[in-house]
Amino acid sequence: MSNFFVSSIGKKFVLSLTGLFLILFLVVHLSVNVLIVFDSTGKLFNQAAHFMDTNPLIGIIEPVLAIGLVLHLVLATIITAQNQLLRDVNYTGNKRYQKSNTRENSSWASRNMYVLGTVILVFLVIHMINFFWKIKVTGDPLLNEATGLEPGVKNAYALVTGLFVQWKWSVLIYVIGAIALGLHLYHGVWSAFQSLGWSNRKWRSILSIIGIIVSLIFAGGFAFIPVFVLIQDMVC
Amino acid sequence: MKLTLKVWRQHSPKDKGRFEEYILQNASSDMTFLEMLDALNEQLISQDKDPVAFEHDCREGICGCCAMMINGRPHGPNAETTTCQLNMKAFKDNDTIVIEPWRARSFPVIKDLVVDRQAFEKIMEAGGFVHMDTGSAPEANTLAVPKGKADEAIEAASCIGCGACVAACKNASAMLFVAAKVSQYALLPQGKPEGGKRAWNMVAKMDELGFGSCTNTGACEVECPKGISLAHIARLNREFIKGGFITLVAEEE
Repeated sequence: MSNFFVSSIGKKFVLSLTGLFLILFLVVHLSVNVLIVFDSTGKLFNQAAHFMDTNPLIGIIEPVLAIGLVLHLVLATIITAQNQLLRDVNYTGNKRYQKSNTRENSSWASRNMYVLGTVILVFLVIHMINFFWKIKVTGDPLLNEATGLEPGVKNAYALVTGLFVQWKWSVLIYVIGAIALGLHLYHGVWSAFQSLGWSNRKWRSILSIIGIIVSLIFAGGFAFIPVFVLIQDMVC
Repeated sequence: MKLTLKVWRQHSPKDKGRFEEYILQNASSDMTFLEMLDALNEQLISQDKDPVAFEHDCREGICGCCAMMINGRPHGPNAETTTCQLNMKAFKDNDTIVIEPWRARSFPVIKDLVVDRQAFEKIMEAGGFVHMDTGSAPEANTLAVPKGKADEAIEAASCIGCGACVAACKNASAMLFVAAKVSQYALLPQGKPEGGKRAWNMVAKMDELGFGSCTNTGACEVECPKGISLAHIARLNREFIKGGFITLVAEEE
């Protein structure tokens, strides 16, 4: 059994499970974020952010999430590095074939999962510096603005909307991050089920459609919120 | 028709290799691709040059020998067609055709367009077989096989082991080949006795021989001359994961 996790399929088994697990995080995250759109006073969002900040269950899940993310990154790096090494490119200049048909026989997203993953990781770091770090560690004057809520509740709404309003170009970064995430999920969702053996002729098309829906929901949702905040600020 | 052929020439496994360009004046659109190469070789021989080495055997699409990359596509531009069955009608007068061998670390070039595909044989030796009792043949109808499973097994068994999947895959993965070979046994009662660890052993050999891992791009399925489905890869994954648990819990397997 120890060989299982060394084998190519075993590594992808873990990669797929961690990938699907990380989607759960996206579900929670987007559900909370949507509150920004539905309540321009920020009350609902602040309440939800406070819940996420203080709920003990979330406190337990957070390190599990971090482990899942690290496993996903490490395995993806190992798999990609091994595959790069084995495909042998030293024939025609730097190319494997003089001519190739990759554009016709496979989707761009499926061939560039590691590139997309790297874009998402870079985005994640920027994103965490913007919000997570300020809320959890350094604090920010915006967080202490009066909210009309019970004491102890931070005004995360002010911090989030403040960023997009003050540094308008940051919206672009968030939109790019969302698109990269969408493309990653477009291939990742069905691919994860395939790697777990949970697919056949019939399910393949169903899973592909589910993958497209999931990618549209998350790419659209996460891109819409900063754009919405910016437009709201310009209009009001 | 007149053709410009850019062909990969490599004297030996150690030779660095290079492209050479040939003009073939009198190719006919009635030729198959291999007959066109035969014509090229006759021209080269008459000029006292070394003919292009390429592999061929049955020339009817079932031996899997005629493996070559034609204009960036394994077995050329036509879907579900081997090189030997590829008609020159697929090309036009004055076309330039780039012909290359498979590129994968586990398929080293022997000469020109001929690569060593023994790695596939080694994977088969690791688990691509069934045990048979000797003696008289058993009554065929004692083993009932549902129609759907029989059809699926036959599709898997139509894999000719040409290596187009490896050639097309950006990771040089042999998963479609191994999946077809595992499926053809996994679906039938005759394959059950070795079923537990067959996928396990064949994948272990595949990894050991230096094939990459599958990232589900689906390129192999598009380029496969026999149209082997990715559904077989899902089955291989299932069989492998099952095999992993069997080795964990059942010592007697």
